[in-house]
Amino acid sequence: MQFFFEVLIGGLLSGVMYSLVALGFVLIYKASGVFNFAQGSMVFFAALTFVGLLEKGLGFWLALPATLAVMIVLGLVIERIVLRPLINQPQITLFMATIGLSFFIEGLAQLMWGANVRGLELGIQDEPLQWVSDVAGVNVSKFDLVAAGIAAVLVSTLAIFFSRTRIGRALRAVADDHQAALAVGIPLQQIWGIVWAVAGAVALVAGLLWGARNGVQFALTFVALKALPVLILGGFESIPGAVVGGLIVGASEKLAEVYVGPYVGGGIEGWFPYVLALLFLLVRPEGLFGEKIIRRI
Amino acid sequence: MTTAAARPIGDVILTLEHISLAFGGVKALADISFDVREHEIRAIIGPNGAGKSSMLNVINGVYRPQEGTITFRGEVRRNMEPHHAAAQGIARTFQNIALFKGMSVLDNIMTGRNLRMRTSFIEHALHWGRANREEIENRHRVEEIIDFLEIQHIRKAPVGKLPYGLQKRVELARALAAEPSLLLLDEPMAGMNVEEKQDMCRFVLDVNGQYGTTIVLIEHDMGVVMDISDRVVVLDYGRKIGDGVPDEVRSSKAVIDAYLGAAH
Repeated sequence: MQFFFEVLIGGLLSGVMYSLVALGFVLIYKASGVFNFAQGSMVFFAALTFVGLLEKGLGFWLALPATLAVMIVLGLVIERIVLRPLINQPQITLFMATIGLSFFIEGLAQLMWGANVRGLELGIQDEPLQWVSDVAGVNVSKFDLVAAGIAAVLVSTLAIFFSRTRIGRALRAVADDHQAALAVGIPLQQIWGIVWAVAGAVALVAGLLWGARNGVQFALTFVALKALPVLILGGFESIPGAVVGGLIVGASEKLAEVYVGPYVGGGIEGWFPYVLALLFLLVRPEGLFGEKIIRRI
Repeated sequence: MTTAAARPIGDVILTLEHISLAFGGVKALADISFDVREHEIRAIIGPNGAGKSSMLNVINGVYRPQEGTITFRGEVRRNMEPHHAAAQGIARTFQNIALFKGMSVLDNIMTGRNLRMRTSFIEHALHWGRANREEIENRHRVEEIIDFLEIQHIRKAPVGKLPYGLQKRVELARALAAEPSLLLLDEPMAGMNVEEKQDMCRFVLDVNGQYGTTIVLIEHDMGVVMDISDRVVVLDYGRKIGDGVPDEVRSSKAVIDAYLGAAH
């Protein structure tokens, strides 16, 4: 039983890391109804910029706000150059634009900082907390715990800002119909600017934590793929959904690996979340917290 | 039907001068000038493709005319962002209903109050007293509009589920929620049956009569247009071919030719 809890807790905590990435997707989706293909690239870009600045000799506490500023500027520039000319275009056009954007950002990141794999040391040890092991007999990684804490703060801040208020309503309006949103006086450009800047900031947090765990390398862009089942489970437009989805994916993939894996030769952690998401699509296509799509036929 | 005598028509509030708009080689509007007076119902009519919707889009800033000036309440401008137009008191409805389909009727109409809300992001996020009070006040205004347009029974329904005629009414409600001084209606009665048309006519006249809202509307139903409008502009192929009170327009040869085809 102890072992079960250890796996479960480890899974839940790693799930929080997925939620972090999923969060960036949710923000953009809420404000434009579009899956932002470039989110993974933004995570990569943020981590690489941060490490690059560290290498240039900046201290941690200088590099952090500097990278944050870069990400916010990046978000605002994207709104101005890429999105603004696409107002009133079909959503698929916006989606295609984000695909192009992802290639551009990946290229830009490597052009600026080079393509070498780098380590990132945040000063948080990835080792079990001694007192938890002593008291409960369960090993809980300190790094995971800190990551979960950071994610919790981020999520609750965003949830407060975007839920049940005028801002939330404005976001939904913008995602639903650009023309109508403009006609009722919602400043579309401003909202997109804010949301992309915030998505950039979220990408920075995700980039730092994932970079510290896996190394800062091109493969960081693929972390975004793990966010996909999280989004399908949680719902594309829900911040709490991203959290719950992340927890489910994290816990279930670890448990499945440990308990089901041996029967099928192991290594199922990699694909289990996608199967789970697929099954979920059959039962509840809008996700746990997503908006039900209503159509009059 | 409500009489038009109750509301005195005031001064000119909107003047369009020499407006020309082209999309590449296609001239949508050529040198069009007309004005709109306060409290009046001004209709824009014309055959399909005459440039009526383009005209509305110029007024509320969706299109930027290559030439000409727009004077709204004494302020001269060449072009305008749609959300600035909204801030100046111009609200509109669309030809092909542009509602927020996933939201309830109530939420849709509340978006119309967007510009009336003054509290900041943070106050709102934390449900501070002022923000809460504001939300409640705005709900009151919205409920009045819901009563006015007789859509109480669908208040909570998701808009996407409603029949077409009601969706049109919700769109009008959202525009009214902004308490506009100028209301642009793009074919408010298109695709409606007789009964729905009568209802919509009544609402348009009531809005004009009770709130004194100036209305510019595009409509194809000539019976309706001649009944409810004070003055009519006629467009054909992007040019203005008639302008005046309904009776003048009705007897104008150019207008009859445009609608029935001229004998050459």
